[in-house]
Order: sequence, then structure tokens, then C-alpha cells
Amino acid sequence: MTVRVQAEDFDLGHEVAQLTLDTNTVGAVVSFIGLVRDTTGGDLLAMELEHYPGMTEQALAAIDAEATKRWSLAGSTVIHRYGHLKTGEQIMMVATASAHRKDAFEAAEFLMDYLKTDAPFWKKEHLKSGSQWVESKKSDEDAKDRWKA
Amino acid sequence: MKQLEVLYFAWVRERIGIPKEQITTDAATVSDLIAELSAREERYALAFQDMAVVKVAIDQTLSTLDAPLEGAREIAIFPPMTGG
Repeated sequence: MTVRVQAEDFDLGHEVAQLTLDTNTVGAVVSFIGLVRDTTGGDLLAMELEHYPGMTEQALAAIDAEATKRWSLAGSTVIHRYGHLKTGEQIMMVATASAHRKDAFEAAEFLMDYLKTDAPFWKKEHLKSGSQWVESKKSDEDAKDRWKA
Repeated sequence: MKQLEVLYFAWVRERIGIPKEQITTDAATVSDLIAELSAREERYALAFQDMAVVKVAIDQTLSTLDAPLEGAREIAIFPPMTGG
């Protein structure tokens, strides 16, 4: 279980290799990368990611611990960046390792859904025409709620 | 009276104009604290005008507006999160 909050970029290949380094029981690794995406049709210059130092690490660790409790995982990694990110740059990643793909897939989705609504990050878009805070989506709340049953 | 460290993030921080402050208050809940601040100055009233988009954490754990402030040291007020 690895959680990191950092300004620097990360290397998914390296992180996945770390997950399977000292084990021969991992049969499946699922990974996800979130990227800075332009939804404005060419107006986006960069994204500013603000977070709540201290709480962010705790929130991510709590989400990761919950995933580890629900699924049989050999390991998991969550990395989320903050600061000034340009279009196309990597924002965050999750990777989950398990004996079987079902646990790895589901745990990765769970991590993403919870991270979206429960980890204290806020995105601000810097546009050619000014800047604006990204609004949260109802669909993200719904995605999280499906795990509550 | 209790002394609280109150933190603001994202547009809540921008509207209030500062990232954090020490507040001495008798407020029993986060809602009470927000009402007290909103009555104090226009910039707070503006930041907290739509409570449907205001979230809180007490001592770095997500909480609710009606949660008691008893024993709390750090309160954070912010919009819904948009990470990922």
C-alpha cells in the first residue's frame, strides 16, 4: 500500500514494477492514469491543482485501506500530483495488484470513485480567456454510491 | 470560548481572501461557526451563500455541517472536491 502526494511527475511502468517486485503470486495488475484534458475546445492553457496537505495523505490512505479490506490485494499504489500542470500531463495514477483480475479491476475502480469525491483536491482551469474552478459532478457522487450496497 | 484554526480552500479561500485564520468562538457546530462568520463580514456571506456546495473537515476528517465542534482544533471549509 503506497500513497504519495507530490508535485513531480511519475512513471507508471516503474510503479507497476515495484508492485510485483518481490512476489510471484501476483497474476493481475490494473492501472489507471488521469490526464489534464481540455474540455474547452482549445482554450485551456493549464490546470492548477490545490490540495489540503495533511488531510490529503490521510484521506487517500483511508480509501486505500478500505480497498485492501474489501478485495484480496497483493499491493496498491495511489499517486496524485498537485500544482501547475499543462494539458496532457499526468495528474494521478492508481495501480492494484492481485492474484486474479477481478479483485484488481474492482479495487482500482473503487479507489478512483472514492478518490474523486473524498480526497481534498480542487482543480482550477487556466484558460486564455481567464480562469475558473472545475465544478464537481453529480455522476461522481453516483459512481461512489454504487459501492455502498 | 474555544480557539480554532480555520482553513479555506479553492474558491472559498479566494472569496474570503485568506487561506487560514485563528478564530475564537462559542459556536457549537460548523453551521453555527459559518453563520457567525457570515454575519461578521460580507466576504464570508458571499463564500457561504450556497451551503449545498460547502463541505467541511474537522481535524482533517470529512465531516458534516451539524457536527459538534467540541474538542476540535482544525476546521477546514471548502467546495466539493474535484481531484482524480
